[in-house]
Amino acid sequence: MSDVSLRDWLLTDAPQTRRQARLGAFYQGWLVFRSNHLALLGLVILVLLVGTAIFAPWIAPQSPFAQDLADRLQPPSAEHWLGTDALGRDILSRLIWGSRITLFIVGTVALISPLIGLLIGTVAGFAGGWVDQVLMRITDIFLAFPKLILALAFVAALGPSVTNAVLALALTGWPPYARLARAETLTIRNADFIAAARMQGASAPRLLILHIWPLCLSSLIVRVALDMAGIILSAAGLGFLGLGAQPPAPEWGAMISDGRTYILDHWWVAAMPGIAIFLVSLAFNFLGDGLRDVLDPKGAGE
Amino acid sequence: MSLNTAQVPGPQPRPRSPAWRRLRGAGGVLLSLVLTMLGLLLVTFIIGRVMPIDPVLKVVGERATQAQYEAARQAMGLDQPLIVQFLTYIGDVLRGDFGRSISTGHPVAEDLRRVFPATLELASLGTLIGVVIGVPLGVVAAANRGRWIDQVARVVALVGYSVPIFWLGLMGLLVFYGILGWVGGPGRQGILFDGMVDTRTGLMLLDTALAGDWPAFRDAFSHIILPASLLGYFSLAYISRMTRSFMLEQLSAEYITTARVKGLPEWRVVWGHAFRNIAIPLTTVIALSFGSLLEGSVLTEIIFSWPGIGSYITKALLAGDMNAVLGGTVVVGTCFVVLNLLSDILYRVLDPRSK
Repeated sequence: MSDVSLRDWLLTDAPQTRRQARLGAFYQGWLVFRSNHLALLGLVILVLLVGTAIFAPWIAPQSPFAQDLADRLQPPSAEHWLGTDALGRDILSRLIWGSRITLFIVGTVALISPLIGLLIGTVAGFAGGWVDQVLMRITDIFLAFPKLILALAFVAALGPSVTNAVLALALTGWPPYARLARAETLTIRNADFIAAARMQGASAPRLLILHIWPLCLSSLIVRVALDMAGIILSAAGLGFLGLGAQPPAPEWGAMISDGRTYILDHWWVAAMPGIAIFLVSLAFNFLGDGLRDVLDPKGAGE
Repeated sequence: MSLNTAQVPGPQPRPRSPAWRRLRGAGGVLLSLVLTMLGLLLVTFIIGRVMPIDPVLKVVGERATQAQYEAARQAMGLDQPLIVQFLTYIGDVLRGDFGRSISTGHPVAEDLRRVFPATLELASLGTLIGVVIGVPLGVVAAANRGRWIDQVARVVALVGYSVPIFWLGLMGLLVFYGILGWVGGPGRQGILFDGMVDTRTGLMLLDTALAGDWPAFRDAFSHIILPASLLGYFSLAYISRMTRSFMLEQLSAEYITTARVKGLPEWRVVWGHAFRNIAIPLTTVIALSFGSLLEGSVLTEIIFSWPGIGSYITKALLAGDMNAVLGGTVVVGTCFVVLNLLSDILYRVLDPRSK
C-alpha cells in the first residue's frame, strides 16, 4: 500500500515541493533506465566490480603477490579457479586486486578530462570573440592528434607509472568534452534566465559556475559513460606496453603482457585478464547506452 | 529558452563568385592545416623538453668534464633560447630531419621510410576488410531495423567497442596459428621467404605479386590476413554503426515512401535510392577510420611482431630513444591530420549542399 502511494507521490503532476519534483524526475529517469535490460546488466556488473574493489582483501582467496614456483602455470582447478601465472601467483586473486587499479585509472581520468573540457568549453562559449577563437583552435588541434600515440609519447617523457598514465590519458582526452560543453553553452547563454541573473548583478564566474555548468552536466555525463570503455581499453593498452602500473602490481593489461610469452601452451594466463577487461568495458558500454536514453533522449536514436 | 544567436546566421556577406568562395575555403583549410601541424610540432617539442633524461648527458656520457658538457650542449643548440630551439626544430622537421636514433644508429627519417610501408599495407587491408563487410552489414541492419540481423550487427559492434585489441590478437594467434595452423605466425614472412623478393614498393603483397613469386605471395598473405582481419573488425564495428545510422535517416525520408508507393522492389529502394545518398558521409567515415587504424595498429603490430611504425615507436619508447619516438609521433600525427582534412575536403567537394 505504502509502495503504491510512494509511487504516486513520485509521479504526481503537481509536486508540492522542489524536493518532490526533483525526486520525481529522478524516479522517471530510473523507470526509463530500468526498461533497458542491457543497461541494467551493465549496472549490475559495475556494482559487482566496485564491491570487488572495496572488499578485495576479504574476497581474494590468496595474496596477489605470493609466489609459489612449485605451482607455476597451473591450469584452472578447484584450488586456483583461474589458474596460476609464471611465478605461481593465483590469477583470480590478482584480478580481484587489479580491479582497484582499473577503477582508480578510469575514475580519475573520467573526472579530470571532462573537468578540463567543461572549463575550456564553457569559458569559450560564454566569452565568445577572440577567447572563443583561440580556445577552440587549441581544442581542434588537440582533437586532430592521434590520442594513443600522443599518450605514449607523454608517458615516455614523464616515465612509466600509473599516475603518469592517468595524466597522459586525461591530457589527450579532454577536447571532445570541450566541444560539447561549448555547444551547450551557446544554446544557454542567451536564455532569459541568464539575462535575469545578469541583471541581478551576477558576475561572470557566478553565471558560469552556478547557472551554466549544471546545465552542461547531463550531456557530459552521457559522453563520459560512453567513453569509459575507451578509457579502460587505452589504460590496458598502456599497461600492456609496460607504461602503466609497474610490476608486481596486478594491473590487467600488464597481466596480459605477462601471459603473452606462454600464450600457445598456457593460454589462461593471458586469457583471464582479457576477459575481465572485456566484461568491464562491455558493462560501461551498456550503461552508457541506458544513460543516454534517460539523459539525452534526442541522441538516443543513434 | 530563448533562441541561441550563434546558430542564427549573422549579417550576410556580399555575394561573391563561386570560384572566390572556393578559393577562400581552400585558404581556410590550408591555414587550419598549418596551425594544426604547428600545434603538433609544439606538443612534440614540449614533450621532448620535459623528459627527465638529460639529452646532453646521453651524448657525452657520465664522466665528461664541465667543459666537454658545455661544448656538447652548445653543439646541440640547447644553450639557445627556447623559441630559437623550436624554430630550429621546425626547420629540421620540414627538411625531413628527425635526428639520429640512438637504438638503431640510423637517421630516424631513414628508419621511418623503411617501416612505414608495413603499417600502410596492414592498415589498408584492414580498412578494406572493414568496408567490404561493415558497409553491407550496416545497410542490412538498417533495412531490417529491430529484427535479428540488426541485433547481430549491434552485438558485433558492441563487442568490437569493448574488447582489448591486443588481447583479441593474442587469442587469434592461439586459435588460428597455434591450434588450427591456418595462418602464418608473427612477422611479415616465413623464414623460407625472408629477403627472397626485391623490395620495390615496400608493400609485401604487391612486391611478391610484381615479382610473380606466387608461393611468396601466398606466404605473405597468410601472415597479413590475421592482423589485418583484426584491424578490419575494429573498423567494421565503427563503419557498420555509422552506415546504419546514416541509412536510418535516409529510409525515413519521404522520397523513400514515394519509391515504395511506386512499387519499386525493396532492394532497389534500399540500394538504389537510400544507399546512393549516404555515399558522401560514408567516404568521410572511411577516411577517419583509416586514420584511426594507422594509430590503432601500434598494439596489433606488437602482438604480431609486425615490423611497422607502431613496433618502431614502442621499441624506441622502451629504449628511451626520444628522437625516434617523436619522429614517429610526428609522422603518424601528420597522416592523421591530413586524413582528417582530406575527409573534410571530400565532404565539401562531393556534397553540393555544403557549398
